[in-house]
Amino acid sequence: MLMPSKQGGGGVILLTLIIALYLAILPIPAWAAGFRPPWASLVLIYWCLATPERVGVLTAWVLGLTLDSLTGSLLGENALSLAIVAYICLHIFNRVRVFPLWQQALIVFSLLLLQYMASFWVRSSLGHMPTTFLFWVPPLVGALIWPWLFIVLRDTRRRFNVVR
Amino acid sequence: MVIVTVLSLVLLNIERRDNYLEIVRTGISTLTYPLQFLADLPSRISGFLSETFASRDLMLGEIEKTRQENSLLQARLQKFDALEMENMRLRSLLGSSYKLSDQILVSELMQVDLDPFRHQILINKGSQAGVYVGQPALDAHGVMGQVIHITPWSASVLLITDSSHTMPVQVNRTGLRTIAVGTGDISSLRLPFLPNNADIQEGDLLVTSGLGGRFPAGYPVAAIDKIERNPGAHFTEATATPRAFLDRTREVLLVWTASTTGQPAKEAPPASAPTPTKGEN
Repeated sequence: MLMPSKQGGGGVILLTLIIALYLAILPIPAWAAGFRPPWASLVLIYWCLATPERVGVLTAWVLGLTLDSLTGSLLGENALSLAIVAYICLHIFNRVRVFPLWQQALIVFSLLLLQYMASFWVRSSLGHMPTTFLFWVPPLVGALIWPWLFIVLRDTRRRFNVVR
Repeated sequence: MVIVTVLSLVLLNIERRDNYLEIVRTGISTLTYPLQFLADLPSRISGFLSETFASRDLMLGEIEKTRQENSLLQARLQKFDALEMENMRLRSLLGSSYKLSDQILVSELMQVDLDPFRHQILINKGSQAGVYVGQPALDAHGVMGQVIHITPWSASVLLITDSSHTMPVQVNRTGLRTIAVGTGDISSLRLPFLPNNADIQEGDLLVTSGLGGRFPAGYPVAAIDKIERNPGAHFTEATATPRAFLDRTREVLLVWTASTTGQPAKEAPPASAPTPTKGEN
């Protein structure tokens, strides 16, 4: 009896991740491009916290690889940084789940910052270091929209009855 | 976790050195092409709608303008034909080789946002149309960049202003050869290795020199806008503004040079594309 609902839940998780990837490459005006929230990382963090048994490091890695090839960054850059984020999520999900939303947003901010540090490190070690501070804006934007994204994804999860 | 980390690091290292990973990337990109297509769709539809419902006067004006421009260009082309023949005759007298003409395919930009810190664009022609990695891309005003990744239906082009892009150029006025390096700023190129006594002025046009074998010779690249002569330094440094409208253009021209036409000429370009026209070199 459990199996079918598990399969259905997998579809929902996959679908939200794909939507996140879609949002990550959707064209927006140039002035807003620097403020684009890191959709893929946010959705990944949500599912890592909500269903840690199903979404983990491997999902993160595959998601990162796809993101790399979609956005034309170096193959492995996002894969590495998202895997790190997922790994930490899997260690702290029990504590973070009971936090109020604003504290969760702080945690998400530090996770995203870590992700961007990893990707900054990769870029600078390969010789194209981002020179503007705009590079560090997305973690902040991500943390700001986290509460809303959390509510939307939680309702989605309950609606489709995605079990752990 | 450890395995995945090591795997990513290995991937990064391989990608940095060579392009063995082209197959992997092409695979993933081909799988994710529908997403990119979808992302491109809204702007395509809005473009289509605004064209469909544009006022008749506007359209007529546009057509009139295009017609005038066309006849102007045709007139100029007549002169070029004569000049080219003359040039060929002179070259054959000198006994030097001359590249006849290049084959050109028009492709369109896909409105997909890529990594904002690298200068890349995605175009809607891929290996199905005979596009290959390393192929030069131009717009109507100058060189834009070169193809770095391809899938069957799309290709990404690295622009000449990306900080990892470097190309051999020549000053059109004097024939001085040098290297133009991307700065990461979409509106400027850097020429770091000019000798201190180099004959170069502001406003000089830089054209591709054809050395290096990637870009065909003689296409405009950029115009010099600033020269810094410092007697104490080893080299004079200059900056130049790209001639191509790197961030505004919608059509990208892909070029097959005479030496490489051998392989891709077999594939017929897709019917939707304008037929390859002979561009004069």
